[in-house]
Amino acid sequence: MSVDIYKINPEFRDIMPKDILDLEDNATWGAEKRGISDLTDKKELLEEHSLCAGCPEAAALRYILTAIPKPEDTIIVNSTGCTSLMFPHIALHTVHSLFGNQNAVASGIKRALTWRFPDKDKDVVVLAGDGATVDIGLDYTLQSFFRQEKITTICFDNEVYANTGGQESGSTPKGQVFKMAPKGKVFDKVPMWELAVTSGCQYSVKLTASAPKAVARVVREAIFIARELGPTYIHLYTPCILEIGLSASEGLWEMKEQDKDRFVSFKYVSPEAEEFLKQCKKEGRL
Amino acid sequence: MSIKNMTKEKNWSGQKLVSTDYMLFEAPREKHFMTGSEVTKEAIKRCTVDASVSYPITPQSEAAHLIGELWAEGYVGMYFRGENEFGVMSEVAGCAMAGARTVTTTSGPGTLRAMENFPMWSGTRIPVQLILMARGINSPLTIQPDNLEVTFMLETGCMIWYAENVQELFDMTIAGFTVAEMPDVHVPIVTVVDGFFVSHTRESVMLPPDDIALMPYDPYKAPLPPIDSEMPPGRFLRDPFVMKSNYISYATHASWQWEVRSAVDRSIPYARHYLNGLAHVTGDLDAEIVFVACGTASHQAKEANRELTKLGIKSKVVKLRTIRPFPHAELLEATKSAKHIFVPEFNIVGWLEKEVTQSLYGKSEAKIIGRPRVAGGMSMPVEAILHEVLEHVNEEKGA
Repeated sequence: MSVDIYKINPEFRDIMPKDILDLEDNATWGAEKRGISDLTDKKELLEEHSLCAGCPEAAALRYILTAIPKPEDTIIVNSTGCTSLMFPHIALHTVHSLFGNQNAVASGIKRALTWRFPDKDKDVVVLAGDGATVDIGLDYTLQSFFRQEKITTICFDNEVYANTGGQESGSTPKGQVFKMAPKGKVFDKVPMWELAVTSGCQYSVKLTASAPKAVARVVREAIFIARELGPTYIHLYTPCILEIGLSASEGLWEMKEQDKDRFVSFKYVSPEAEEFLKQCKKEGRL
Repeated sequence: MSIKNMTKEKNWSGQKLVSTDYMLFEAPREKHFMTGSEVTKEAIKRCTVDASVSYPITPQSEAAHLIGELWAEGYVGMYFRGENEFGVMSEVAGCAMAGARTVTTTSGPGTLRAMENFPMWSGTRIPVQLILMARGINSPLTIQPDNLEVTFMLETGCMIWYAENVQELFDMTIAGFTVAEMPDVHVPIVTVVDGFFVSHTRESVMLPPDDIALMPYDPYKAPLPPIDSEMPPGRFLRDPFVMKSNYISYATHASWQWEVRSAVDRSIPYARHYLNGLAHVTGDLDAEIVFVACGTASHQAKEANRELTKLGIKSKVVKLRTIRPFPHAELLEATKSAKHIFVPEFNIVGWLEKEVTQSLYGKSEAKIIGRPRVAGGMSMPVEAILHEVLEHVNEEKGA
């Protein structure tokens, strides 16, 4: 694409709402360096989302959208859940089709775009919750890794089916009492970040969304690697403060706590990806 | 092979680009002898197809293999085997959303496993072509011909066409892309044949040369923007209706579903043109005995018509080429003379009889008889049809 598609027909400028005008005038399309610092004075690609006050998932999505290296050529595939309430507010091409099929849809999109635009980099990023990634869509997540699809998968892990009312998921830690696990979950949290490595991801990182710059760096690395080498995976803790009884101001505290516990940093980079990242740093892309 | 090799005159494999009218009605044809699976390959070869995703399930597997060969030979742009039927139909959706002319094939249990995808396809307004080679549904385990699966497809919002034989499968596959991609239609097309009876039966078929192919798909004429970041995003909503409990959200969803069905109806003039009519009538035009059928059941009905003629009994056969859109006007016209309408079918539930009954309700006084009905892989011998006809007709005459 050309950034021009985000330009408004001059005849319509006088009737367009300010947030649409801002997308043309003050967003960061085509910028060499995009990042967290843009949050202070640039137009964000996410507009007035409808998630709960203080939801860490909403903050994480803002970090991710500021970090995407080439938004004007990025397609986001999402799934059913809390996140699907935000995607219609994003000024990018986004797809919601079904619950759990996000990596299959993303595979089709990536391959078709590679065929249709052989000379362009079109980044395809999957953003879905733990229910969609680890449970209902596990087959499609892993199969896309097996096939070495050149897509980035980001799992917003809130360790619960939040949008359906707080049921246990595969990502729930053992012993946690949730709906459908009234006596506590009987099996361990599924180590999706490890499965990603075993299944062929070039890059797999587990972290919380407590440090915006760390999230942004990982997103940028993951997208660059996926573009060149193969599948990349980010497992991001974004707790559902509602379901674990925290107030709107306590999400950050919870993530910082978990930085030292279930979400202690995990990072796998394949040898090829390691080399590639070095190259990117040399070129100033990271 | 690269899409960059395509010019205004030729596609990436060097085939000369022609109109669908030329391909179907004007190009010289030569006689070949091949199965439904083989003719599927021949049709796809002439359709400038960007993408196909496959999975194995009998009896569609061979057609899926052969589309893979077309990819290896440089005719199809992109092809791979997906993980399972649900995944494949989602991968296919991704390809089509990204602006690719896309085809896949399915049968029986695979169709049902993938089912959640089909209303999503039509709701997303993607013109995917699904070639469905009908087979029985478990349990008990069966791989035999039976078209019960079609009843599950009827209300998915997809167009459904039904080919009787290898020749119709070839022609419908080509017409299918063209009609499905019309900007005012733009919904998926399910092209059905009876598994084994058509997929695995070798018949003579007239084919145009293979150095011509359809014009490429233009995704920028679609009613929704392709997901390719080449157009402004069409879904930047300030107040997404999804999951909102208010009248606007209900009305949005309802009107969209209505629009999908209207789009299927808008295919009627195009389908009439490219299929040479939504229904095909043979036999005695003023007959009181009328067979309404689709697929190979209509072939057997035509055999019965010939036998009845020998007995001095007039009958005619109305073969329905389209099921969605349902050819209400054609059926009513063709059954004006009818006193007995027989609907022979290859399934246990009689979905076509229900369709015919509903369509003619209050408009025809003919007695509608949903027989013979065979299932589970049984064949439908002409004698079975004759038996039903003679039994009913003689009964009414008091014989």
